[in-house]
Amino acid sequence: MKHSRDQQPAAGSEGARIRRDPRARDTVATQGLRRRQERPPADGAASGGSNGSVPPDSDTGPLVRPYTMTGGRTRSSGTGLDMISIVMAAREGADWDSLKPEQAAILRLCRRPISVAEISAQLDVPMTVVRVLLGDLIAEGDVIARDPMPAADLPEMNVLQAVLDGIRRL
Amino acid sequence: MASADSDGGAEAGIPTAVKILVAGGFGAGKTTMVGSVSEITPLNTEEVMTEASMGVDDLGGVEDKTTTTVALDFGRITIGKRVVLYLFGTPGQGRFWFMWDELADGALGSVVLADTRRLETCFPAVDFFERRNIPFVVAVNRFDGECPYTEQEVREAIDIGAEVPVIMADARDRGSGKCVLVALVEHVMRRRSPAMSP
Repeated sequence: MKHSRDQQPAAGSEGARIRRDPRARDTVATQGLRRRQERPPADGAASGGSNGSVPPDSDTGPLVRPYTMTGGRTRSSGTGLDMISIVMAAREGADWDSLKPEQAAILRLCRRPISVAEISAQLDVPMTVVRVLLGDLIAEGDVIARDPMPAADLPEMNVLQAVLDGIRRL
Repeated sequence: MASADSDGGAEAGIPTAVKILVAGGFGAGKTTMVGSVSEITPLNTEEVMTEASMGVDDLGGVEDKTTTTVALDFGRITIGKRVVLYLFGTPGQGRFWFMWDELADGALGSVVLADTRRLETCFPAVDFFERRNIPFVVAVNRFDGECPYTEQEVREAIDIGAEVPVIMADARDRGSGKCVLVALVEHVMRRRSPAMSP
């Protein structure tokens, strides 16, 4: 099976035996179609031209440290919210006065079903922080969440068919 | 859990989400492709990774915590009342591998965008999805309208099995992006269908 290559990650003799044939590949390789076994050893392969560039925000950081909003917590209690968990306001009568501004902003977005990632993008607050704040709202009963469909359950062909039809309709 | 019994509870009225990843090297056109098929302008979100990811639950009293911010671009396609599809571009830099695990968790499958000018930049993505047995298709992004290589040359250079679709594509073009996604979902369905299994 082709996965045997994966057992030889060092691109050693096995990889060479399967694929590398300099005569046959030369034209392709020299034109830029580098073969998979020939990749540079470091993970810099994926970073392209960014090798020399330091992340621009590494010195400054955000004006408000993100976890200030969560009281230093980086995990919410009990809710394993995925980045595409869909959340929605659970009731009309939330106690808005008791909410922190960020939580109120989240709750407003939750009037319609919305994903954790979208809330994060719209409020410009990191997802990790959104998760913690949402966890509080869920614990209070203000928000309900629906986890994404686990990939293992997807053999439900009707879901895949629906996705396929939806894409075709675009 | 928030929605363990989602079929019976109040969550039943909430759509469920599925996701497809768009991977590839830096500058391969991931965000472009997400944008071309998404019903919304691609959104950008950030995941702040701290040592929390490695088990620290509380940053109290830690003044000088090292954090890494990983930016993610994503788009959305509403499939219907019950299903929403999200498309996530994977971070192009190799140092964000930890983010890939989270992204790949539960993903339907992935598009690997290949840039034949720098084909090697897609190899880590191919390795990643193969290793995790996540279905993927390879979309060769024709930056200048032409691809100087045949599908077979690309397939051999990437060293993928015959069952993995390789599609010539234009990441900027909605119709082309649709074709790629259709090919991916059909590929996923073939793999899932017991009748089609080898």
